Amino acid sequence: MTARILTVDDSASIRLTTKVTLSSAGYEIIEAVNGADGLEKAKSGQFDLIVTDLNMPVMDGLTMIEELRKLPAHTGVPIIFLTTESDADLKARAKAAGATGWLTKPFDPETLVKIVRKVLGR
Amino acid sequence: MSMTDPIAVFRMEAAELFEQIESGLLDLTHRLDDKDQIDAVFRGLHTLKGSGAMFGFDALAAFTHHCETAFDRVRKGEKPATSELIAAVLAAQDHMRALVDRPTDDHGNIGDILLSQLQRAVEGDAPVTAPAQTVPMEPVVKAAKSATNTWRIRFSLPVNSMVNGTNPLGLLDELRDLGECRIAVNTSAVPSLDVLVPTDLHLSWDVTVTTDQPRSAIDDVFIFVLDDMQLDVETLADSSGTASAEQTFQAEQPAPVAQAVAAIIPAVSAAPVPAPAVEREAPSANDARQAKAAENVRVPAERLDELMDRVGELVIAQSRLRQLAGSSMDLQLRSVSEEIERLSGELRDTMMVLRMVPVGSLFGRFRRLVHDLARETGKVIELVTEGETTEVDKTVIERLADPLVHLVRNSIDHGLETPEERRAAGKDEAGKIMLSARQAGGEVIITIKDDGRGIDRERVRAKAESSGLIQPGAVLADQDLLQLIFAPGFSTAAQVTNLSGRGVGMDVVKKTVETLRGAIDITSLAGQGSDVSLRIPLTLAIIDGLLVRVGTGRYVIPLSAVEECLELSLEEDLRSRGRSFISLRDSLVPFLRLRDLFRTGTKPDPHQKVVVISTGTERVGMVVDQIIGDHQTVIKSMSKLHHDVATFSGATILGDGSVALILDVAHLVAAGQQQEAQVRAAG
Amino acid sequence: MIEAVQTNDRQLQSDTHWNSDGELEVLTFDLHGETFALEATMVQEILDLLPETTVPGAMPFVGSVINFRGKVIPLADIRLAFGMEAAETTIDSRIIVIELDLQGEPTLVGLRTDKVNEVTTLAKTSSEAPPSVGMRWRPDYINCLVKRGGQFIILPNLQAIFSFRKET
Repeated sequence: MTARILTVDDSASIRLTTKVTLSSAGYEIIEAVNGADGLEKAKSGQFDLIVTDLNMPVMDGLTMIEELRKLPAHTGVPIIFLTTESDADLKARAKAAGATGWLTKPFDPETLVKIVRKVLGR
Repeated sequence: MSMTDPIAVFRMEAAELFEQIESGLLDLTHRLDDKDQIDAVFRGLHTLKGSGAMFGFDALAAFTHHCETAFDRVRKGEKPATSELIAAVLAAQDHMRALVDRPTDDHGNIGDILLSQLQRAVEGDAPVTAPAQTVPMEPVVKAAKSATNTWRIRFSLPVNSMVNGTNPLGLLDELRDLGECRIAVNTSAVPSLDVLVPTDLHLSWDVTVTTDQPRSAIDDVFIFVLDDMQLDVETLADSSGTASAEQTFQAEQPAPVAQAVAAIIPAVSAAPVPAPAVEREAPSANDARQAKAAENVRVPAERLDELMDRVGELVIAQSRLRQLAGSSMDLQLRSVSEEIERLSGELRDTMMVLRMVPVGSLFGRFRRLVHDLARETGKVIELVTEGETTEVDKTVIERLADPLVHLVRNSIDHGLETPEERRAAGKDEAGKIMLSARQAGGEVIITIKDDGRGIDRERVRAKAESSGLIQPGAVLADQDLLQLIFAPGFSTAAQVTNLSGRGVGMDVVKKTVETLRGAIDITSLAGQGSDVSLRIPLTLAIIDGLLVRVGTGRYVIPLSAVEECLELSLEEDLRSRGRSFISLRDSLVPFLRLRDLFRTGTKPDPHQKVVVISTGTERVGMVVDQIIGDHQTVIKSMSKLHHDVATFSGATILGDGSVALILDVAHLVAAGQQQEAQVRAAG
Repeated sequence: MIEAVQTNDRQLQSDTHWNSDGELEVLTFDLHGETFALEATMVQEILDLLPETTVPGAMPFVGSVINFRGKVIPLADIRLAFGMEAAETTIDSRIIVIELDLQGEPTLVGLRTDKVNEVTTLAKTSSEAPPSVGMRWRPDYINCLVKRGGQFIILPNLQAIFSFRKET
C-alpha cells in the first residue's frame, strides 16, 4: 500500500520539491501551507509520515507537533522536521515536542528519500 | 509558466516574500516595536534564505543570512529596530531582488557595501561577529569501506520514543542491513500487564553485528534518537582482541542558552532620524490581508484564462441549446435546457468572482514608492489607503499598475508642496496622498487624492496654447481644461525633474484607462489639492451587450454605454442626409451611420434605429439597421493583426458559433465628436 | 489611410528549419494554381470552411475573423499579400490554422487555401533562393523555392508577410 505523507511548509518551492521528490519515490503526498493547515489536514486523515518546516506563519511547526502529539490518533506517527537551522537547541526543542527526526535545509532530494525510507521502515 | 519547475516557483515565491518583507519594514517605520511585523520580516527573510539555498541561489542565501541574523537579534530583543536598520534592510532587499533575478551576474561589491551599512545600523560601528556558516547537516553519511569488525551494540530508547514516531523494528532492520546480525531483546523492564501503557517502550536490545561498515554507520542508524538514548558500542573482534567500550551517549538536557542570550538587553541605539514618510492603515485590514494570504491557493493566471475560455464556450453552447429547445415541443428538452442555463449562469458568476483580486495588492507597492519619493524630494508625505478589499478583475489590476504609479508620482511631484511652502500656507507640514478604491454599480472607482496646491489652470492653459493643443483663447469647460494634462506631450512641470516631468506617462494613463473601457474624472481646488478618479468597469471578461445588425454583420455595443435607442424614421433619415446631427429632445447629438463607416454596401433597413452611447459627458448616436437584443457577451481579444482597427475593442462568439465584433465606445464617441468638429468647421 | 508596408527596421526571421539531414517536413497546399508549403510543425489544424466575420477597416489580406474552438482568430488570405486576386471558394477550399510568433506573442492565424495536398518531406539540396529579378512576387515574401517533380514549391516567409507596419 502506498504510504501517505503530509508535507507542511510555507514555501511553495520547497513544497514542490518535496512533493516531486517523494511522489517519484512512490509516496502519496498531501500538502499543507502552515502549522494550522497541517494540523487541520492531519486531523482529517491518516498519515504514515509528516514532514514539516519549523518556522511558518499562523502556527509554527513546533506548536503543530505538540498539538498533534496530544491527539491519540497521531501518537506514533513519525514526524520529520525540515529546517534551515542546524542549531542543537532547536533540535532538542523539536524532539521534546515530539519530532522523530530532522533534515537540514538545503537538503539533497536523495537524502530526503533515504530518511523517509528509514523512518517508514521501507 | 510550468508549475513543475521549482526554480520558477521559487521566483514567484520570492516576489511574494519581498512584498511581505517590504510591507513589514514599511509598517515598522512608524511602529518600530511592532512585534508581529518584526516576526513577519524575520520569517520572510528566513524562508527566502532557506528556499534560496535549496535551489542554488547561494549568493542570495548567504547575503540574506546576514539580514536574517540582524532581524533575529531584533526579534529576540537583543537589538532595537531602528529606522537606520529598516532603511538598510530595505536597500539590502533591492540587492536580494537582483540576486534572484540575475543570480549568475557579477554584482560587484554592492553586497559588501550594503552589509557594512547593515552592520553599522545594527552595531553602531562595532564589527559584526562573523556570520555562522550554515553547514548542511547530512544525517546519512556515505561510509567509507573499512575492514570487517564485529560490534556489540546494547541500546535502549526513551519510553516515549514510539509515541514520537520512532519504530524500533526499523532500527533493527537497519542494523541487519549492516551485516550478519544476532539480536537479543531484554524484556526485564516491561511492567505488569495491568499498568502497561501499550505505546510506551520498555524493551532494550543486545545486538551483535559483523560488518565492513565503520563505527559511524552504527551511529547513523540511531541518528534521530542518539541524543536521548542509551547506546553502548564495543568492538568484539578488533585487531587487539580486547573488547573496549567506545562511547556512551547520555540523554542531553537542552542548555538554557536562549534565556541567557535574551537577558542581554540592547544598550546601543543610534540617533533616530525622523522617517519622512508615514503611513496609516487600518490595522484590521492589514490583519485580514495576512490571514487571507495563508488560505490562498496559487493558480497561474493563464489557467484562469483557460477556465474562463471554457466557461465562455459553455455559455455559448448553452445559448445554442436554448435556441433549439425554444423551437422544440419536447418539454423534457426544455427543462434540461433551463437547468443548464441556470447552472452555466452560476458557473459564470463563480468564474467572475475567481478572477477578482483585492485592490490592496496594487496599493501595497505604493508604500515603497512614496517612502522613496519622500526621501528624494525632501517632502513629508503621509500615504493613506482605503478600500483595499475592493475587488477588481485581475487584468484590470495588472494594467492599472503603471498608470497609478504615474498618477502618484505626479501628485507628489507637482501637487504636494515642500514642508516650508506648506507651513507658509498654514497647512500641516505633512502632505497627504490618499489612495482609495470603492465599488459603485458596475464600476470600481480608484481615486488618487492629494491636499497639495491644486492644478494651476492658467498654467495648464498657457502650456496647452503654447504647445498647440488648443487655440489661444479657446473657450473650454473646466473639466476639458483639466483633462488637457492627459494630452500627449503635455507637462506642467516648469522644471523637469527625474520623477514625473518627462511629459510621458500621463497620456499613457488616459490611453490605458480607455482600453479598459474606463474614464478619468478630475477635480481640483486651488490651494486645497486635486482628486483624480479612474472609473473602470468591474470586469473585462463578460459584459452585458446590446446586439445590433448593420448590413449583414452583427455587432455588440457594451450596454453600460447605451443611453437610449430611438427609431430613425425614413423622413428624419432623409432630412439628416448631408448633416450629422439628430435632435434629441433639446440638444443636437452627432451621429455616425455605421453602414457607411463599415462600408457594408447594403440598403438601409426601413426601420433604422439610433443607439445613443455616451462616455460620461459626450454623446454620439449610431445608426444601425436593427436592434437584435440583449446579449451576454464573453469578450475575446483580437489578435495583434487587428490591433490597428480601433473601431473594435474585441470580439465575441454568438449562439450560432459565429463571431460578432464589439464596438469600442470611447473610439466611436471620439470619432463622432471629430466628425462634428469637421462639419462645424466646414459649415 | 492604412496600407501595408514591409518593415525594414529589423532583421526579419526567415530561417527555414532544415533538420540535420537537410530535410524538412511540410504541408503542401495550392493557391491560385501554385503549390506552397508550410513547415509541418507550425500547422495546428486543417479546417473546412467556417462562417467568417468581416472586420471593417482591417487590411484586406487579414480582412476577417473566424471562431476556432472558442477563440477568435484572424483569417488571412496570403493571395492578397502576393498580389493575386481573391478567389471564389470551391469544394476543395480549406483553412489551415497555424501558430505564428508575432512580436514575441504566439498567435493563431487561419490561412485560406484552395486545396490542401499532403504532408511530405522536402530536401534542402533541391532548394534555391528566390531569384531577385524576374519574379511576379516580392522576393522578400519567399524563403525559398524547392524543385520537385518538375515544379517549384514555394516556401513563403510568413514572418515577413505578417510583419507589416501600418502607416496613416
